[in-house]
Amino acid sequence: MLKKRLIPCVLLQNGLLVRSESFSIHQVLGNPIHEVERFNHWAVDELIYLDISRDESYDLRRDDQKVKHLGDPLEILDRVSRTCFMPLTFGGRIRTVDDIRARLARGADKVTLNTAALETPDLIGEGAHAFGSQAIVVSIDVKRSEDGRCEVFGRGGAKATGLDPVQWAHEAERLGAGEIFLNSIDRDGTARGYDLDLIRAVVAATRIPVIACGGVGTYEDFVAGIKAGASAVSAANIFHFKELSDRQAKKVMRAAGVNVRV
Amino acid sequence: MIVLVDYGSGNIRSVANAFEAIGAAFLISARPDDLRAADRIVLPGVGAFGEAMRRLEALGLPAVLTEEVVQKKKPFLGLCVGMQLLAERGHEHGEHRGLGWIRGEVHRIEPATDGDGKAFPVPHVGWNSVKAQNGSVLLRSMPAEPTFYFVHSYAFRAADPGVVAGTFDYGGEFSAVVEQGHIFGTQFHPEKSQKAGLQLLKNFLAYEAPC
Repeated sequence: MLKKRLIPCVLLQNGLLVRSESFSIHQVLGNPIHEVERFNHWAVDELIYLDISRDESYDLRRDDQKVKHLGDPLEILDRVSRTCFMPLTFGGRIRTVDDIRARLARGADKVTLNTAALETPDLIGEGAHAFGSQAIVVSIDVKRSEDGRCEVFGRGGAKATGLDPVQWAHEAERLGAGEIFLNSIDRDGTARGYDLDLIRAVVAATRIPVIACGGVGTYEDFVAGIKAGASAVSAANIFHFKELSDRQAKKVMRAAGVNVRV
Repeated sequence: MIVLVDYGSGNIRSVANAFEAIGAAFLISARPDDLRAADRIVLPGVGAFGEAMRRLEALGLPAVLTEEVVQKKKPFLGLCVGMQLLAERGHEHGEHRGLGWIRGEVHRIEPATDGDGKAFPVPHVGWNSVKAQNGSVLLRSMPAEPTFYFVHSYAFRAADPGVVAGTFDYGGEFSAVVEQGHIFGTQFHPEKSQKAGLQLLKNFLAYEAPC
């Protein structure tokens, strides 16, 4: 049977690996290439790279990071795909079919669309038509307000859209998305666990796989995400701060009865 | 020399990286002369059946491929859509003719519902275990039921079950590997399947047609 996937998410900001909290605090952790070598060594199921830079200034030439001349995220992708025989998803600042093509040509298997999907929904269908639905992941950032209502945000969590995540996920599927990457803005970096109600609601409304992200603090949170119906569970921070976190997480998942690849 | 057919269908770069990793000499090309000079031919593929076939036709490749593979019996490996194109017909966004080297058709996966009554998601994305059948060549020297990375919504339904060399289970049994003599195909992506994937590519390179 199909295994449930555990997917480390690597956040890039201006060419550097960062950790994120509430989509607004970003702490530099180091070099994205070295981190990927570690994931490759662990033979993780899949990797998601999200470029969350807000401007064009890439910073990898900093001496303290010991990597030179990686001027843009495409070069990072180039380097990663050369040694990484696993599925790669690349997202961030993708606005056109040509942007998608450039990333797939450099070794990405899928791209995520977020702001562009909200602002130009036809891009989902155009991408699916050109490269197949399986290459188009629609990424949905959700904020839950105090009254419990959920709303989709664009522009890296900065812009309210008025959209309901369940309806937007359903619409993204109709337009041709092959997967949904569902992230919780208010859980991001808090280690409070996934927003399980949100996962349940989106899974119930769609027929495509849903990847849950946002809020993982313990390995048990991965189990809870799968039990809530996610096809795959993702996280960023936990993989950077714990040694052998992929293996340990899989052990916990397996012990809880989740069918994972070990 | 292996030729990786460069017909603008997706992830040839990843396939090249994988062959590089196992130390194989290859050429990325869509020129008929290169295909004529090749010892082995690999047809990668990502995307839709009709679109992939249309691209092959636009480059004038179906005829030369058929000559080199079917007539001259060069070992051939099709990956994902590159495997599906071996069928006579595909039914993705309308009906399209395939290369027709292996009798059968490509249809959308219609998995049964799971225990809770919800249908399995389609596309079928992720790592699934593959059961070897009929003395598979590609799945030699591997652990029992190795796992490979899949990402697709359509699957090959072979007319002759004897060509199905590996299956996966996803609310039903589907073809993961087809083998018909020197013609091989995998629904999954060996180039993305880490150790097992690289072993499979080695097995393809080690294959010699019986004299």
